[in-house]
Formats: sequence, structure tokens, C-alpha cells
Amino acid sequence: MEKFQTLHTTGRPLPLENVDTDQIIPARFLKATTREGFGENLFRDWRYNADGSPKADFVLNNPRYSGQILVAGKNFGCGSSREHAAWALYDAGFRTVISSYFADIFRGNALNTGLLPLQVSDEVLARLLAAIEADPTLELVVDLPAQTLAVPAWGETFSFAIDPYKKECLINGYDDIDFLVNQKSAIEAYEQQRAWTW
Amino acid sequence: MPRTLVDKIWDAHVVRSIASGQDVVYIDRHLIHEVTSPQAFDEIAARGLELFRPNQIIATADHNVPTLNQHLPIAEPLSRSQVDKLTENCQKYGIELYGLGHQRQGIVHVIGPELGLTQPGLTMVCGDSHTSTHGAFGAIAFGIGTSQVAQVMASQCLLLTRPKRMRVAVEGDLRPGVTAKDLILYIIAQLGTGGATGYFVEYAGSAVRSLSMEGRMTVCNMSIEMGARGGLIAPDATTFAYVEGRPFAPKGQAWNNAVAYWETLYSDEDAVFDAEFVYDAADITPMITYGTNPGMGIPLTGNVPSQVPDAEAESFDKSLKYMGFERGESLLGKQIDYVFIGSCTNSRIEDLRTVAAYVQGKHKAGHVEAIIVPGSKQVEQQAIAEGIDKILAEAGFELREPGCSACLAMNEDKIPAGKYCVATSNRNFEGRQGPGSRTLLASPLVAAITAVQGRIVDITQYLN
Ligand code: SF4
Repeated sequence: MEKFQTLHTTGRPLPLENVDTDQIIPARFLKATTREGFGENLFRDWRYNADGSPKADFVLNNPRYSGQILVAGKNFGCGSSREHAAWALYDAGFRTVISSYFADIFRGNALNTGLLPLQVSDEVLARLLAAIEADPTLELVVDLPAQTLAVPAWGETFSFAIDPYKKECLINGYDDIDFLVNQKSAIEAYEQQRAWTW
Repeated sequence: MPRTLVDKIWDAHVVRSIASGQDVVYIDRHLIHEVTSPQAFDEIAARGLELFRPNQIIATADHNVPTLNQHLPIAEPLSRSQVDKLTENCQKYGIELYGLGHQRQGIVHVIGPELGLTQPGLTMVCGDSHTSTHGAFGAIAFGIGTSQVAQVMASQCLLLTRPKRMRVAVEGDLRPGVTAKDLILYIIAQLGTGGATGYFVEYAGSAVRSLSMEGRMTVCNMSIEMGARGGLIAPDATTFAYVEGRPFAPKGQAWNNAVAYWETLYSDEDAVFDAEFVYDAADITPMITYGTNPGMGIPLTGNVPSQVPDAEAESFDKSLKYMGFERGESLLGKQIDYVFIGSCTNSRIEDLRTVAAYVQGKHKAGHVEAIIVPGSKQVEQQAIAEGIDKILAEAGFELREPGCSACLAMNEDKIPAGKYCVATSNRNFEGRQGPGSRTLLASPLVAAITAVQGRIVDITQYLN
């Protein structure tokens, strides 16, 4: 996993609620057996017509917008547990998703992929969406060690919450597997003493 | 101190707790399938790791498989390569695989319970969000991402934060024509599609207690559709009777010991939940969804909402536009093109029996395509043994071979763009059943009656 420290970039607005992982990456694109290349089909059915031509009004096709942050409506990433959704966002160049609420499994998958799910209040989210639509060059600064999102144009900085362990993992590019494999003796001891072996 | 059911099972599986608050939680059973496992196996290989407890992993091929001609090689090359990869990985690591053609093959959440792999008090995971289904037995069961699949393969553990606990009680008797599916669609409509995010939900109350194991599985299956990590129901005599005698169930003295332990698995009387809801079973009527998330459910005889909060208006109207419905309208009388009976929510023998009992001596409407996909090989064989296949065929329903099928349209089973499908599955997301498909979620009984009538009707007028 890549390390994540800070990010200076712009945002792309997706002002829809309950964006589910079937939209982020439709099931028919889950047939690959490797992790690469999912970005191509990110938001496939919102982004392209059936004939493969781009839908001009979708945010990822709109030349006004660029940047590595997706700013999306409440309850982002609900539905299927497919980690491919986080891989697709990452592969397409996103490093942070800002929303006012994330579905649990997506949040975990994003953190395991090196993609930061950054939760703000409904009010800040609404302001961000409106401001980016008005000015797509609006600069956003994510500082993970400080746990802040700054909007220099507003002269404001918002702090966000993140699990301290996951924060360390993200900053250092570690994942749980390293940690868990090192727990083997405790795990074996647990297996020995379980009460309900029948 | 009084504890909830979730806490009792959780506590029994904590290997150790770490300073930042997470627990290393031991996982008893790990179910895998072809779609979310290949990258996990790669991860294990790339790190030079071994599988820690391969005998606690069970594999099946379900998401991608065709539901016709399963005896032939899979025609679609990408699907075939994914299923082949699973076979290869299972051979390499010594994992029990119930692949295509195997007598135990089927949708992962259907075969776990029917083989007796799913038992009270266990922790179970699968790279699939509907793993919550297994909670019907009083187990902690939840979906995980592929990185976590690799973690469990490497250590049989996950690093987890203890979830919040919610109790949803439904008290009283369900009305005629109202099933477990209606009960859960009702709860999700009340709480909303993100209403239980961060929680494990314990379903309780007399209406839940009176459900069969199949019905309980339907309820727990859809917990994820309101954002919950999982759902569960305290095990009782219904549970024990279902598990007893199944291939992986404990036998002899071990069975007695197991039941003695399982009988301790309930929420203590004074246990505190972080959130509690109580509903009256009499308020629940047959349900259907009108929108593009499972929280958008209404009684069959109800209307699409005409008012929504401003912040939700854009998403709401996008959803209605996709479905071709208007604010405030009734769905009664809408013509339906497809009926899909299947998926890990409703493809068990009880569901097939419900459909057969209704359609016996009737015929589906001429313009409707009605597909029934059994959840497993065993369900399929049971249906044939009971003559259900013949009843369905005479009614114009097509009984397929087991798999996820049109629930997620990874294989050939797709609903064409713009067409309406009443489905017994769990997700009505845009394009879930194929690009442009329009899904209305309902119970198997509602689906059967809709297939015969060819349009949305008030089913209480049509009950046998
Ligand atoms: S039937 Fe549908 S919801 Fe269930 S496991 Fe298969 S794809 Fe997932």
C-alpha cells in the first residue's frame, strides 16, 4: 500500500446520496483476477453510454473538473462489499473521498487500499459541493497527520476523525496483514483454550 | 454484567485487544467464492505466506456461473477463467471446493446453512456483504473486502472495532400474505438505507421468533441493506432442529455439548443496546420497492412518496426518473416484464414451495418471463423430488440451475434496459440486474402473484 501523508488538490463534485458500489464498479466488470485496471470502468454506467461514448454531463467527463478528491453525497459506498470499488477509485487517480457519511465496508476497504475516506458534516459537505461547482479550481488541502481538511480560499480548516491505528497504517503504508501474521502465537494459544471444541 | 448476544459471541472470540481499541477477533469459518478471492490468494503468494487454517475455509462457485447447461464448460471466457482460478487456488492450498457440478454447489449463503457449516455462536466471514444471512443462526457473520479475505487466510483473524448494538423487535402476528421478506423490507423502509450503519442488529420479538429458519435467513440477509454490519437472531429450538443431522453439524455427545452452549446465547434481560426499535407486526403489509435503493419500499397498495427533504431531492428524482415512476403515484396496475425468483435472500426450498403452491393450476401472464433459480444443487434436487419442477413448468416458469444469476447479472442472466422486473433478491440498485434494468424487490409470494397477473396488484385480493 502507498503511504498517505498530505494532499494538495482540487475536488470533483458528485452531489448524489447513497452512491452504491454497484454504481462505482458494476458487477460485470468484476471478472478480473488481478487488482489492476478497474479505473477504466469506474462509474461505468453513469460515465459512458451503452455504445461506449462518454456522457458529457457526468462529472468525470466534465473538463471543468479535475483533482484527486471525489466529493460525494451522504452514505457513499453502500451495498456490495466489493473492494474493487475502492480499487477503481484509486486506479482512476483518486486519493480521498469526502462525504458526510460512509458505509462501513467501503470505509474499511478504502483504508485498506490507501484511499482516505474523509467524513465532514452535512453542512460542510453542502458548502464544498456548492463552492466546487462555482469554482472548480478551489484548492483543498488534506493533512492526514494533523487530521485536517483546509480550504485556503475560505481561510477555514476542518478537523476529521480517523481511527488512530488506521491512521498510522495509512501514513506508513502498512496493512493489517503484517500485524496479524505477527500475532500467530497468541492466535494459536487462543485456539488451544477455546471452550467449545466439539 | 448483562450482555447482548453480540457481545457474548464477540467476547468468546477475542484473541487479544490492542491499545488503540481494536480486538483481534478469531474467525471460525471463512467462505470464499470466485469473485472476491483471486486477488487475496495473489496477496498471500506475493508475500510468501501460507494459509493458516485452510480446513476452516469452504469454497463454492456461484456469482459468475451460468444457470443453464452447467455440465458444459463455461462459455464466457472471463467467467470461466475466474472459476478456473478458484479451482486452481483451492487445489494448491488444499481448500474444500464445492464447484460447478458438485452436489453441494450453490450460492455461498445458501450452502453454509444447509450443510450445517453455519452454527450458533460462530464467527463467520465471506468476501460478500450478504454474509449477514448466517446471523439467522445466532452467529456473528459479516461481509469483508478482499484485503480482509487475505488477512483471514493468513491468520484466521481480523482486527476489528466492536460494533454498536441495535435491537429491532417486531411483536405480534404477521397478517395473511405477509412474509419474512415483507417484514425486513418494512424495517429497512423505516430505518433507511444507511439507518443501521455501524451496528449489529439483533432481531427479536414474537413475529421474528415465529419465523422458520428460511424466513430468519431472509431477514438477516438484508441487514446490510440498511447499512448494518450484520444481523442476528438468538438461537432456539427452531434453530437446533434445523442444524441437527446436517453434514457438518456436531454429532452424538458433541451435539449435546453444543446445544448446552447454544442455549446460553441470548441477550440478557437487562442488556443495554445502543439503539432500540419496536414495531407492530399488524402494521406490516406486503411490500414492494419503487426506487433504486432497498430503503425505498412501500406497501403494495401505497403510493410513492410525494415529499422528500430538500437535501435528498436530487437523488430521489434521479431514482424515480430511472424507474420511470412519478412522485405520489400508486404502482398498482403497472405492467411487469420479468419475474426473478432467486438469490441468497429467497431461493430456498421454502421459497420454491411458496411459489409452487400459488402457481399450481395457474399460468403466468403471456408477456411475463418468469425465471426461478434455486439457491443450491440441494434445493434444486429437493424441488425435483417434490414435483415442484413440474408444477413450475406447467405454470410457464423456467427452473434454472443454481447460482446468483440475475441478482447481480454477472452471468448471462440479465434484465434488458428499461424493463421492469419484480425480483426476490435484495438490491434494486441502478443496473444491478443488467444495464438499465428496473428492479422492484418483493417476496416470493408477491413475485408469484405478479407473474400470474402480469402487473402489480394488491396480492391480498388474490391469495389462494
Ligand atoms: S445471490 Fe446476489 S446478493 Fe446473494 S451472494 Fe449472490 S450476488 Fe450476492
